[in-house]
Formats: sequence, C-alpha cells, structure tokens
Amino acid sequence: MRGNLAKTFHLTNLQVFRHAVAPKSYTDLLGRKLFLALLTIQGLGAFALITLGVILKKHRVARSVVQPRIRHEINRAGVALLPMFIFIALALGFLVVGQTVSALAKVGATDYLGSTMVIVIVRELGPLLTAVLVLARVGTANVIELGTARALGEVEALEALGIDPVHYLIVPRVIGMALGIFSLTIYLIIGALASGWVFAFLQDVPLTPGDYFKQIAEALGWLDFALLALKTLAFGFFIAIVTCYHGLAQPLRLEDVSRVAVRAVTQGVIVCVLLDAVFIVLYLVT
Amino acid sequence: MNETTINPAVVEMREASVSALRDTTLTVLENVNWSVLPGEFWVVAGQPQSGKSDLLMTAAGLLLPARGSCRVFGCETNAFGEAQLAERLRVGLVFAGGQLFSQLTVAENVALPLRYQKNLSAAEAAPAVAALLEMLELTPFADRTPANLAAQWRSRAALARALILKPELLLLDNPLAGLGTRTHQWLLTFLDQLWRGHEWFGGQPMTIVASTDDFRPWRHSGRKFAVLDEKKFFELGAWSAVEAARSPAVKELLAEPQEFSS
Repeated sequence: MRGNLAKTFHLTNLQVFRHAVAPKSYTDLLGRKLFLALLTIQGLGAFALITLGVILKKHRVARSVVQPRIRHEINRAGVALLPMFIFIALALGFLVVGQTVSALAKVGATDYLGSTMVIVIVRELGPLLTAVLVLARVGTANVIELGTARALGEVEALEALGIDPVHYLIVPRVIGMALGIFSLTIYLIIGALASGWVFAFLQDVPLTPGDYFKQIAEALGWLDFALLALKTLAFGFFIAIVTCYHGLAQPLRLEDVSRVAVRAVTQGVIVCVLLDAVFIVLYLVT
Repeated sequence: MNETTINPAVVEMREASVSALRDTTLTVLENVNWSVLPGEFWVVAGQPQSGKSDLLMTAAGLLLPARGSCRVFGCETNAFGEAQLAERLRVGLVFAGGQLFSQLTVAENVALPLRYQKNLSAAEAAPAVAALLEMLELTPFADRTPANLAAQWRSRAALARALILKPELLLLDNPLAGLGTRTHQWLLTFLDQLWRGHEWFGGQPMTIVASTDDFRPWRHSGRKFAVLDEKKFFELGAWSAVEAARSPAVKELLAEPQEFSS
C-alpha cells in the first residue's frame, strides 16, 4: 500500500535530495548527484523486480481485463508505429546501407558486405534506433498518462478497489513494449536491408539480390538471432520500467508531470546505451 | 462471551496516529480511538486539512497508521496483502473528487472492479452494471467519460463504482462537497436507504462513514457524530450531543457560512 510503496522506493530520500538547497561546493554537488543516481538505480531495480514478480505470480488473475489491455499496448507500441518504421527503414536503407554497399563495391570489398551489414544493422543500429524511437513515441506517453493518473488520485482509487496498480497499469505496458520493440526491430532490419539493396542497385553496384542476401545470411549466426531477441526484449522491458517508474512509483502533482517525463526519457536513453554496451560485451565474449 | 466477540467492530482504531496521504512523514491525527460497529452511520466532521480524507484512507486500509493499530473487519491493516483481499473488498471507498478513471467511460469505470475481481468479460458484467447505473439514474451518461460529466454525476458514478462489489462498509469522503441542495437531498436519502438495507443489496443494512465540513445537512437522529480538531478525534455521539457541544470547532461546523461583504 501507499506507505509500503514509499518505503520500498525510498521516495522520501529522493524527494529530500531533489528539493534540498544547492550545495556550495562542486564536490558536494557531485556527491549529491551520485547519491541520487544510486537511489534511482535502487528504485528502478526494486520496481523491475516487483513487476517481474507480478508478471509471474498474476498471469492467471483477471485475464479478461488484463489481456485486452496487453493487446492494446502491443497495438500502441507495435502495430500503430509500423507506418513510421517502414519510412525509417526505407530512409535507413537509402542513407546508410545503400552508401555502405556502394562504398564497399567501389573498393572491391563486397566480400565484407554480409558481416558489415550484420554488425551495423542487425546488431546495433536496428535494435537501438527502434528502442529510442519507441521510447520517444510511447515511453513519453506512458510517463504522462501514469503521472497524470497518479496526480489525479487514480492509483489510490485502484488500490481502494483491490486492483493491483502494477498488474493493471504496468504489466500490460511492459509486455506490450517488449513485444512491440522486438517486432518493430525485425521489420526495421528487413526493411533497411531490402531498401539498401534497392539503393545500391540504382547506383549500378554489380551485386545481385541473391549474392547480397546470401552474404548476409552467411554472416548471421544462431547467436545473432538469440541475442537480437534478448536485446530487443530487454530494451522494451527496461524502457517500460523506467517510464512507468517515473510516472507511477512516486507521488506527483500535475505540474511535476512534464519535468518527470523529461527525466524519464533521459534515463531511458541512458539505460538503452548501457544495455547496448552489455550486449557488445556479450557479442565479443561469445 | 463479551460483546466484541459477538459483534466485532467493522473498524477499530486504537491509539492510532494517522499520516497525511501526500507525505506519510506528517502526522495529521494522533491517538485516535474509534470503533465503528456494524450497522452504524457515522458522520466525521472537520475543517479542510483536518485529516478527514486521511482518516478514511486509513480506515480503508490504504494508509498505514504511523503508530497504534487499525483493524478492519478484525484484520490488522498492517497485514493487508493479497491473502486479505476478501476483507478489503468488504470496504467501499468513495473519494472526494470521485477519482474516476479518466480514460474509461462511466459504465467501464463501474464495471472495472467487478470484471477484475471476478474475471468477467464486459458482456458478462453488463447486466449488473446496467442495473446499478439505472438505480443511480446514470444510464444516460453510461458512455460518457468523466471529463464530460457534471460534478453531481461524477460523484454518483464514483458511488456506483464503490457499490458494484456490494461492500458491507461504505466510506464517503466529503460526498456533499460542491453539490447543489437537490443532489444533497437525493444523496442523503439514498445513503439512508443503504444504511437501512437497500433491496439491491438483499436488504442487508450497510455500515456507513461519511466525512464532512458542515454538520447541518447530516442532522439525523440515528447517526453518530465525531469531530476532528487540532489533530485529535473527538467522539460526540448522537445529534443532540452535537447541538449541546460547546467546542468552538463544533460550533463552527454548525454555523451558517458567512456572506462575503465588500
């Protein structure tokens, strides 16, 4: 309940530090920022674990209410963004892939085409770009919706009705965003690679579609598929956690919502970059 | 066998300190000793910011007492968890502003607790929702969102949402605030029907606790009254005790609002 939530996330400490008078020395300021960052990480970690617990424990609870909400979130974080992602895939293909193919062809390095495409598009650009775009489009909306609901007392109303706010508000968003980012990344990668070849073809690069896609297929290993799935699901999970945490897990007033939205997006980008770094290490190790 | 065993209190606070909802480190009421027995109708009055809402939130188990204990249907609210969900659902809470879910229509708002707790589809919940909306004269507004409703209909929708699970204890936070005299009368009559046993609830009398910042509309011989003043909870008893009270706080809550003079 309310008191327990506040204790779990040490919100009082967070608020005290955020609203305290600015320290006079830079070292004190740095110390405060560091402490705030640690408290935020602690809060995010606790929130992520609570959400995971609720997903596992309550997957059979109120399915007739929660499943339509999950479908709605998949639509919002996936299907509804498809037109935008088709455009981005075409643009990415023309701007990046086409030029890379053309440049490699000029220096006679088309043998490296497959591995270059896999590293640039499949491993890095596809997942990261998708995550950042979904964060901007859906993550921001999450913070604003949940922050407004929190400020208007709707979360207390859910608790009064015996409805777990994490189950009703967070779980559908987390699942929807994880599946949405996973699916959109696949479409983005396929779209970018296909449009990249079209661009290369228009530039008279002597490369047949068969050779082009054969090289890419040969450069792809089972690990790429596994890590791509893991990475995109992790991006979706953590973006949803960060945005929902800032919208829901702290007492808000209406005037706080915009400030919190900016903070959530910034932290969302940082989380994506950190996760990406973790996966780079995984790629290098395996 | 003592009286408590035969007739356990619906809400029982012992030496309870009530925290503020917005900042749980602040204490708004101290040493509250209060027992609400089944079938009682309590009216708790206090000035704005006196802790009325926080007291009701504590009684509903949404806020933990900073000190002391609060039992609801014999269950310590500190221990309220998933296992005690059935006890929590015996309590209905109507918030001061309604706190309806802004993204849902009135009918969806009312249906949500029923659908969630009993895992029903919208079609399965529809008959019960329609009957309750009809009873509260909300049928014409069923498909509207809260933002498109007048305050009186929002408060009725909030009442309908709290009643859909047929609670045994109904807590209403300042239900008459911002409503016109006609709506006052309708609501007081309806609450009286609930208290005596409404047919929709199988004629079972309901325990009711309402908070207010004006005693006068609640004058009724069968109700019990209490006042919040200077962080204290004072039990007054029947209406005659309210009228006989000499406390300035009670007199102020009984006084006609002063006209603004330029």
